[in-house]
Amino acid sequence: MKDNIQAGKPLAPNPLNNPKVRAFVFQLAVLTLVGVAGWALIDNTVTNLQRLNIASGFGFLDNTAGFGIVQTLVAYSEQSSYGRALLVGFLNTLLVAAIGIVIATVLGFTLGIARLSSNWLVAKLATVYIETVRNVPLLLQLFFWYFAVLRTLPLPRESHSLFDMFFVNNRGVFMPAVHVEGSSLLLVGVALFGTVVAIGLRYFIKSQDLPSGRLVLAGRLAPVLIFLLPLLVFFVAGMEFQVEVPALRGFGFRGGWSFIPELVALVLSLSIYTAAFIAENVRSGILSVSKGQSEAARALGLPPGRVLRLVVIPQALRVVIPPLTSQYLNLTKNSSLAVAIAYPDLVSVFSGTVLNQTGQAVEVIAITMTIYLSMSLLISLFMNWYNRHMALVER
Amino acid sequence: MSDHFVRTQSSPTLLPPSSRLGVLQWMRENLFSSWANGLFTVAGLYLLTLAFPPIFNWAFLSAVFTGQDGSVCRADGVGACWAFIDAKFNQFVYGRYPAGEQWRVDVTALLGIAGLAPLLVPNRLPKQWFVGFLLLVFPFLAFVLLYGGTAGLVVVETSDWGGLMVTLVVAVTGIAASLPLGVFLALGRRSKMPVIRILSIMFIELWRGVPLITVLFMASVMLPLFLPEGMSFDKLLRALIGVALFSSAYMAEVVRGGLASVPVGQYEAAKALGLTYPQMMSRIVLPQALTTVIPGIVNNFIGLFKDTTLVLVIGLFDLLGIVQSNFTDPAWISPQTSTTGYVFAAFVFWIFCFSMSRYSIYMERRLETDTQR
Repeated sequence: MKDNIQAGKPLAPNPLNNPKVRAFVFQLAVLTLVGVAGWALIDNTVTNLQRLNIASGFGFLDNTAGFGIVQTLVAYSEQSSYGRALLVGFLNTLLVAAIGIVIATVLGFTLGIARLSSNWLVAKLATVYIETVRNVPLLLQLFFWYFAVLRTLPLPRESHSLFDMFFVNNRGVFMPAVHVEGSSLLLVGVALFGTVVAIGLRYFIKSQDLPSGRLVLAGRLAPVLIFLLPLLVFFVAGMEFQVEVPALRGFGFRGGWSFIPELVALVLSLSIYTAAFIAENVRSGILSVSKGQSEAARALGLPPGRVLRLVVIPQALRVVIPPLTSQYLNLTKNSSLAVAIAYPDLVSVFSGTVLNQTGQAVEVIAITMTIYLSMSLLISLFMNWYNRHMALVER
Repeated sequence: MSDHFVRTQSSPTLLPPSSRLGVLQWMRENLFSSWANGLFTVAGLYLLTLAFPPIFNWAFLSAVFTGQDGSVCRADGVGACWAFIDAKFNQFVYGRYPAGEQWRVDVTALLGIAGLAPLLVPNRLPKQWFVGFLLLVFPFLAFVLLYGGTAGLVVVETSDWGGLMVTLVVAVTGIAASLPLGVFLALGRRSKMPVIRILSIMFIELWRGVPLITVLFMASVMLPLFLPEGMSFDKLLRALIGVALFSSAYMAEVVRGGLASVPVGQYEAAKALGLTYPQMMSRIVLPQALTTVIPGIVNNFIGLFKDTTLVLVIGLFDLLGIVQSNFTDPAWISPQTSTTGYVFAAFVFWIFCFSMSRYSIYMERRLETDTQR
């Protein structure tokens, strides 16, 4: 070394001190470690499966399931395949999530605004609700609704009723069904068409109005397009509808729409629980809009309704929507608690019954996890898109 | 001469009109400020009169507080069956842990509190000692005390553990194991090395994307398949591994937020001083990052504490599990037993979670004033 310095040559750097080399070596080491661990796991699993004589592969999805499911949205019988059972479970999960999300959003927004109310009593009631519900485990609330409330309801003979049309008993909730003669799909199609037209129109009017400064609100056309158009088609086409009221026959109710108690308990507890979290998101969103914004809008002469709609809410939504989406995701994931009260959701049907019957733990758990994972990835993709769309354009 | 008048004393102060004073004024402002608000107040009061008397009656007036068995609770019109809680209280806390050995659980809890309390309350005690004790000494002490097998302590199998004790063991182990794991994952996610970053992101998103129930199912049915033949895990340990992996992903996201909140200048200054990466992280960045995310960690803990109830799905008896399994005790079957049990369990969880969330809010306020100039 001394010779080098004396000769005026630069020191040959130790390659281990080169950050690039170090990073490469480190990454290679980690990759090898992960690879070896993964290989060991797979090797162990394969040996164990062979030892236990468990079949592998996804062929089992075509085998006959042989068990019944209490609630099915698509045709399913004991002769259907495991794959069909998976679909039934998945749709049941989506059903719970969809109903739960709607109720939780409405309840959550109401509570969030109520907690900020200038009315002392209303604000305190909302606070008590939020702080109670948020701090008690969801599973406990689910058990409470299912075992302590719904299971102790009277028998169908003595069920609680409202207008003799809605019935509540320990077999579930029953309500009148509306059947449309002819094709109800046509009406749904017309409504969807109306929605698309309304959205398009809104964008068009916005692009025309904003540069000119006029404000013709396209929002008023939307209800006409979405609700009145199908109604018009209904009358023009001369369709008829009938209401089928559930009635007591033998030991239970027949006819109408019925909801099994497991579904009711799950939806109740999920929406009550999630609403408390949504309320907190809404509250912080509204608080995040600075007072100067609404004051400035008022100073510009906007009436109070437009101050809220055009200035406060768009800014509050920017803060509210990302946590709101993750609450929706939480609700969907939490619907897997269904397994605890045997509501036939994805986990209960597939990771429960199918797993027990086939013993193919690896495949079953992998499929279940993949489904949940793809749902969350889809929602986070949407969230990223939305955040970019809504992000403040700063200097 | 001059006809102007200058007052030399201040006029006597008058009280505001009686309707603008005290309770009346407060009610006018806060309950009846407008017609709509008045209606809301009346509706709220109606709701209260509808809900409060029956609840009060159920919980206190017609409740049964003492009794040898469920017969007292089976009478008509009886409210909460608190006698059931009274009789089973020991089981709700310790599960089937042998009565003669329960002092071990108490000692473990006391040791844990003694180690943790100085960290939670602002003081000038040497923090690193307590952290070291909690991370390095306490886990072994707790294992020896709770499980036994050495130092003349009888072995108590985990199948005999239950109640609040299991809830706390799962939640505390989950959070303690997830903290270091989460820190590494968060550092990995912010790393400039693509392999490390991608592996970290995959790990975090995998666990955050699936429900805890599927993770627990996986831990209970798939973990045994992963291991070489002859090796097997205790059921509780399997659940603990699942919970730790699951919560480490959430912890990583919290820590990542903290790392992002440390100004770039801090990183640059540390590098300019010639600190190596581990030195920079452990001495400059992490102390600041972890302090700012204390509220987030506490919130994670609250979530995990509530989620521990899910272990009953794979057959472990946490507080909720043991309360529920006692509903079928023939001696205590009554129409009120289950409701009482649920209300009791909810109350215990509520006390824990509510006080922790208050603590997190307090800490948030304190940290805010710390960083304000």
